[in-house]
Amino acid sequence: MQTLQFLLSRLAKGILVVLAIVVLDFVLIHLAPGDPASVMAGESGATDEAFVQQLRVKFGLDQPFTTQLGLYIWGVVRLDLGFSHRQQMPVLDLVLDRLPATLLLTGAAFVFSLTVGVVMGAWAAAHKGRPLDRIITTVSLVFYATPLFWMALMAVLIFSVWLDWLPAFGLYDVGGNATLGERALDVARHLVLPAVTLGLFFTAVYVRMTRASMIEVARQDFVKTLRAKGLSERVILRRHVLRNAVLPVVTLAGVQAGQMVGGAVMTETVFAWPGIGRLMYEALIQRDYNLLLGVFVVSAAMVVVFNILTDLVYRMVDPRIEVSR
Amino acid sequence: MSEPTVPHEPVLSVANLAIELPAGADRLYAVEHVSFDIHRGETLAIVGESGSGKSMSANAVMGLLPPGTRAAQGTAKLDGIDLLRLDAEAMRAIRGRRIGMIFQEPMTALDPLMRIGDQIAEVFEAHGLLAPAERRARALALLTEVGIPEPERAIHAYPFQLSGGQRQRVVIAMALALDPVLLIADEPTTALDVTTQAQILKLIRELQDKHGTAVMFITHDFGVVADIADRVVVMSKGRVVETGAAADVLGAPQDAYTRQLIAAIPTGRPAAGDGPRKAAGETVLEVRGLTKTYRSAGGFFRPARVVHAVRDVSFDLARGETLGVVGESGSGKSSLGRCLVRLIEPDAGSIRLNGQETMGQSVGEMRIWRRRMQMVFQDPYGSLNPRTRVGRIVAEGPIAAGMPIGAALKKAGDLLALVGLDASAVDRFPHEFSGGQRQRIGIARALALDPEIIIADEAVSALDVSIQAQVLRLLADLKTRLDLALIFITHDLRVAATICDKVAVMRKGEVVEMGPAAQVFGDPQHEYTRRLIAAIPGRAEGDAFGARAAAI
Amino acid sequence: MKAFWSRFRRHKAAVAGLVVVLLVVAIAIAAPYFYPVSPWKMVQRPFLPPFANPAVPLGTDTLGRNVASGLAYGARVSLLIGTVSTLVALAVGVPIGALAGYFGGVVDDVLMRFTEFFQTVPSFALAIVLVAIFQPSLFSIIIAIAIVGWPPVARLVRGEVMAQRQREYVEAAILAGQSHLTIITRQILPNVVSPIVVLASLMVASAILLESSLSFLGLGDPSIMSWGYMIGAARTVVRQAWWLSVFPGVAILISVLALNLVGEGLAEALDPRSSRDQA
Repeated sequence: MQTLQFLLSRLAKGILVVLAIVVLDFVLIHLAPGDPASVMAGESGATDEAFVQQLRVKFGLDQPFTTQLGLYIWGVVRLDLGFSHRQQMPVLDLVLDRLPATLLLTGAAFVFSLTVGVVMGAWAAAHKGRPLDRIITTVSLVFYATPLFWMALMAVLIFSVWLDWLPAFGLYDVGGNATLGERALDVARHLVLPAVTLGLFFTAVYVRMTRASMIEVARQDFVKTLRAKGLSERVILRRHVLRNAVLPVVTLAGVQAGQMVGGAVMTETVFAWPGIGRLMYEALIQRDYNLLLGVFVVSAAMVVVFNILTDLVYRMVDPRIEVSR
Repeated sequence: MSEPTVPHEPVLSVANLAIELPAGADRLYAVEHVSFDIHRGETLAIVGESGSGKSMSANAVMGLLPPGTRAAQGTAKLDGIDLLRLDAEAMRAIRGRRIGMIFQEPMTALDPLMRIGDQIAEVFEAHGLLAPAERRARALALLTEVGIPEPERAIHAYPFQLSGGQRQRVVIAMALALDPVLLIADEPTTALDVTTQAQILKLIRELQDKHGTAVMFITHDFGVVADIADRVVVMSKGRVVETGAAADVLGAPQDAYTRQLIAAIPTGRPAAGDGPRKAAGETVLEVRGLTKTYRSAGGFFRPARVVHAVRDVSFDLARGETLGVVGESGSGKSSLGRCLVRLIEPDAGSIRLNGQETMGQSVGEMRIWRRRMQMVFQDPYGSLNPRTRVGRIVAEGPIAAGMPIGAALKKAGDLLALVGLDASAVDRFPHEFSGGQRQRIGIARALALDPEIIIADEAVSALDVSIQAQVLRLLADLKTRLDLALIFITHDLRVAATICDKVAVMRKGEVVEMGPAAQVFGDPQHEYTRRLIAAIPGRAEGDAFGARAAAI
Repeated sequence: MKAFWSRFRRHKAAVAGLVVVLLVVAIAIAAPYFYPVSPWKMVQRPFLPPFANPAVPLGTDTLGRNVASGLAYGARVSLLIGTVSTLVALAVGVPIGALAGYFGGVVDDVLMRFTEFFQTVPSFALAIVLVAIFQPSLFSIIIAIAIVGWPPVARLVRGEVMAQRQREYVEAAILAGQSHLTIITRQILPNVVSPIVVLASLMVASAILLESSLSFLGLGDPSIMSWGYMIGAARTVVRQAWWLSVFPGVAILISVLALNLVGEGLAEALDPRSSRDQA
């Protein structure tokens, strides 16, 4: 019951955030260079002033600002994100077409980075001050400092061009007559490089967070009680310290999700991954502002949904929240 | 579990213990030449002020010294085995099984993410005892034994669902789960309210009687010593200064330091030598119906919660008079003090200063009259800005009131001298001073605006007992010399009884009893006041030293 | 100050980082003296590999431009954008965080909802959109990076100020009759400087990364040579001319790494508690 209440209030908050993003979006569209009507007219080849005016009326651009905002929000509510005049398709269709690839990529990168990050961070904390700790923290610092797009390029250069181990571009190679298993394997092979490069930066973040959190928890009073009970260091570390240390990492990982969407733009661009990040890049090159902002709104909404999911998971894992809030 | 021991053969025998500090510390050893014995069924109290090395000694026995320190010399023999020479695994087998330990902070002593029952069962698991189902049954039995209400439910509870006293009971249950021969209790009641403290002390004593456990009880409180100890070790600066039977050490201390410590304990009686009290001067403060209620915002889906921090409080205060406000944590005593100076905005009521109403005034007017009512705070560390020089700290008030900086700093110097600090203090930073000196700085700051009323909020609670006595004397002295009215907020009834003329006892935001100090403590009318007084450790009929000491 | 330096010096990696940062600063300042010719000008045949000609030690790019000269000029942009955008972000984040943390209640709620909003929006995507809409320029890039960079500052400052606000010296200052503004600026903020300094050094590093990413996507200021632009321009020829992407990438990596090391050293030198852990 309380979880349901929490979910409702969390959803209400999420909707408000998305609404605010839509308003921001609308403001930005208006600040975009060029009057939309003239842009449209230019694209259809006509420069006739009367035609431009006609377009203005048709798209409500002659209305007062607030009316236009209202119309825009109403459009978004009906899932109408506008029209891409370059690609001659509704923005929503374009985005939905590309969304699954991005979800696959970011999902894989998230799972990879969280798992490896927590394991490595815990490992480093357990060997605090010793060589293993130094190695893990140094390596993670290097990945933290490496530009994502450059790491992607280098991965292509090394693993694809020089070593020829993995495919560098696209989502799949095999044709239509391949079996389901072959297809899955093919996609998985294409997924490795983009997911790992995207994930490595975040792995570095989680390693540092987990390590710091473990060291912080290990300093808390209750650890001394555990020692006084006669528990072995291994049990103390695995059963108690790690469990307590992972909770804040999970919350922060949820917050980091937004960064991952940004990272996807770089990764998808380099690896020609057909997701919304790549779509954003294309919109950027073509100066297709409707599409650009459409992708932005959808990715922000995605992050909001993901944040709600993490909050729910957190609620289920941490017993303290159930009653105290 | 109990095995035959030769009578008078000690359970634990510590001889010539020395604990080395990490290189670069201000001294080589944390403790040195420490020796004591504990016998079966006996309670040995190790008493000392902060930094005396009492907790260090206990941790050395338990094999839980902080990193960087180590037991460099001496032996600690538990039934003949030297604990200081055991390897980590052998020591682990002894912890929890042969020696149990309980700690100061019950709020943080348990893993917040594990159910109580599982945490207790873990003790058996750690030593490979019993099957899982039996562990559970034993956990339940233990919870019952330590007096947790509704043990069947508590076993499934998480620590945050229990109160501080209940959590300490759980820690005790874990410590005694395997019937150890020795229980080490490191300030186990210091963080608890006085009534809870009395219950926990009683519990430890009962369990000890039942199981014949030897108890090593670390404390700074001589009242607790009087209540619980058979024998006493007094420590100071890493050395044992006196050892003996409790009655002897408390009644006829041999060592000068012990004598000084015992003399510094608030007696719970009005200080001698104060002479007959002056008739109270004219009334400076009249408080009527003061009320502050907190409502937690309920929001859409949650019900609102109401907490009465201060509820319909009324009193008068005269020049030269000291009003003590006593109560346990959460009683609203600190909120009351903050409402008076309007650090907290009261919801209702009237505060008249020299006959003039202060409620409902503008911010500017408030800034003027607030100079007449100043505060001394609890935390000697948090109450002084670490980045500001002491002279400036004291001078801030006069400067804000318009005094030129030079004159204000000169005044600050005079005030620092008045509270007994050196003139050079002006240019130094707070971290260069000890806790007691910092409280003196805080007092100088409160005096800087020439107030008529000083509100001291737990002003001596964070200090060691000998320092506490000095600061209390200073406050009393200044009150007389400057003809101040004093509101003294404290949880320590002994302190209140010593220095207050009038006492107000608070519970849940309400004053349940108020009257002259002698009357409230001598003939308490309210049931809650009686409970509070009965819970004072080491107390027997108005005397600071307890039943046990007297009985032995 | 002396104690601070002796604590910082104990952290060898941080000292190395500081040396590298100073070196990059020196290169940025000295760039026009070493390479008086604009980095945009063709100086040799295109695709000249590195170490072949001492005049162009790191080779030339697709248009025969000097890679070494580009790196030197790129350092200027990276440092400039890194520091200025960080300063702007601090100028926004510190007051918002301080007000929220000091006053709490409704003020805190409103300011923090506002901050959370900017934290929820995917920051890199927002930066892309902002620069694209306002047209790439030094100014728009700095503003965009500052806009996505200030929320962590606000949150940090809020937390720290809130912790200080609980301390009794603040209550004492109120009783002394000081105004809220005086208390925030003269009493509280000096106690919050350390974590802000640490965060700022890390923010400069992140800003450099962000700027290079924007330039890589073609959103750099078109009149300024930057590391990210160099890699972006060489992306399609990575098979033929590895050095065009490797050298600028290494330059970014080293600068960002050095700044992070300095940040860690600062954190440990300014917070004695954490320095003990490393011992």
